[in-house]
Amino acid sequence: MAYEPLLLRNIAKPGSETIDISLASGGYQGLRRVLKELTPEKFLEEVKAAGLRGRGGAGFPTGMKWSFLPKTRDKPRYLCVNADESEPGTFKDRLLIERDPHLVLEGIILSCFAIESRRAFFYIRGEFHKGARIFARAVEEAYARGFLGKNILGSGYDLEVTIYRGAGAYICGEETALLESLEGKRGLPRIKPPFPAIVGLYGCPTIINNVETLANVTLIAERGAAWYAGIGRPPKNTGPKLYCVSGHVKRPGVYEAALGIPLMELINERAGGMLHADRPLKAVIPGGSSMRILPAAKCDVLMDFDSLVAAGSMLGSAGVVVMDQSTCMVGALLNLAGFYAHESCGQCTPCREGTGWFVKILTRLERGEGRAEDVDLLIDVASRVEGNTICPFGEAIAWPIDSYVKTFRAEFEAHVTRRGCPKGAAAFEVNAMSGTGH
Amino acid sequence: MTMPVRPETDRKIDDLKASFPYPGSALLPALHAIQEEKGFISTESMEYVAGKIGVAPAFVAGVVSFYTMFQQKPVGRHHIQICRTLPCALRGAAAIRDHLVRRLGIRVGETTPDGRFSLVEVECLGTCDTAPICQINDEEHGHLDAARVDALLESLR
Repeated sequence: MAYEPLLLRNIAKPGSETIDISLASGGYQGLRRVLKELTPEKFLEEVKAAGLRGRGGAGFPTGMKWSFLPKTRDKPRYLCVNADESEPGTFKDRLLIERDPHLVLEGIILSCFAIESRRAFFYIRGEFHKGARIFARAVEEAYARGFLGKNILGSGYDLEVTIYRGAGAYICGEETALLESLEGKRGLPRIKPPFPAIVGLYGCPTIINNVETLANVTLIAERGAAWYAGIGRPPKNTGPKLYCVSGHVKRPGVYEAALGIPLMELINERAGGMLHADRPLKAVIPGGSSMRILPAAKCDVLMDFDSLVAAGSMLGSAGVVVMDQSTCMVGALLNLAGFYAHESCGQCTPCREGTGWFVKILTRLERGEGRAEDVDLLIDVASRVEGNTICPFGEAIAWPIDSYVKTFRAEFEAHVTRRGCPKGAAAFEVNAMSGTGH
Repeated sequence: MTMPVRPETDRKIDDLKASFPYPGSALLPALHAIQEEKGFISTESMEYVAGKIGVAPAFVAGVVSFYTMFQQKPVGRHHIQICRTLPCALRGAAAIRDHLVRRLGIRVGETTPDGRFSLVEVECLGTCDTAPICQINDEEHGHLDAARVDALLESLR
């Protein structure tokens, strides 16, 4: 059965980023229904009943997150949209922002209505110049048509949306670092608790949601919770999902499917199969660079939250990075260690120092200067980073280190015994810039 | 203190300050505005914007140095940012970087003597489906190979 796209229904249409194309395909109908027929509480219940789980990485139930807001109304509430898409291998939010911004914007308005917020901030990655321009235009169009501003569609509900550009820091995708950045500071994650729902932006109750999550809210408003909850693998893995496939495949790209598409179907049918016919699959990162790696033998897995946990990894950001037999796992891990060393905010010692250690150890392995004890040293250092940092960045590097070394241990050991990389190290060499931290 | 920015940038920063519930939020957009005008953020600009927002110059310096997009010295007219992260590396980013180094005659992190090009390596730009990629100033260029890089360099004066 062919899958009918929901999130990507408009992207192939010329002018898909304009409000006219959006309106012609039913855009803002869900908002009309909700504002006319529902109270904020009722709509929040619909989102809960739909089973929507956050699409940013953690897969936390969206309705439940919203319900953590305090019952009091003595302070303003804020919605911060996390459009700081920076997890290596992830490029789905960019597609939505650039090609169907109104699907996202309608979801923002609906979500603000549900949580009774009158101010939303759209925090977009600084490098997304085009996305920021397109989204700004969409916001202007929405104001002009009465979907934003005072008394939206005559409902008495007011909402203002402000776009805020980041400036190049992966860590700002972490929700409390995002809040710090939005307050005009260095993006250093905050200690939790208190959670942002209680003490967030400017000390006020705040919800942070991912772009794709908000696009899903639009779908729920349009067609109802019961319909939505029937998509995917109910009851806990519902709805459509965007998968980003990159690396050694014929057709890298963003593919939409119901949650739980088999990984091998995604690779072989959607993405056209392996790039080179004579180089079979070696391993896949299923959910962005922070997730544990799956060797080819473990790739018969369904791409939903719970199936991937059962397989020893996570869906994460659904950034599917495919690697063929030509890939050196030491080199691949060195590349990622360089990324994390550069992006560590430097606040917590285990992360700041640990990421530097990983780069040093992996560099000497790759150069043939490794020692026999280095392989276990990597696992040991990773175990001291994991769980010992303020934010999940520690896990984001500890999980790859631990899983690559344990899954491909013989390859790491061969770098010691054969004094270097059997495949040649040049492709993954970490440059002088990396490993400096902030 | 003399104003190191144009009056319209100064007014823009005033508007930004008024547009947030807390004026401190105006700092990042103000720095973007200054960099857009000047190409980089000088010590003088940091002192100026600190005064505008009402924070210490050292606080501004801390923010500027935290975010990789804020330049503290001038870069080339065409600032080439080549992605080095895994999805691009799997598709040959290192060879593209080496080709650029040879063609431009500069190392990563340097600017050509005529100020035309500067070259840096950056982390994942979030468009891995077109790997290997680079961003030149505000614009992305994907599916790079040596011929495409050569054509790009030719087109940029």
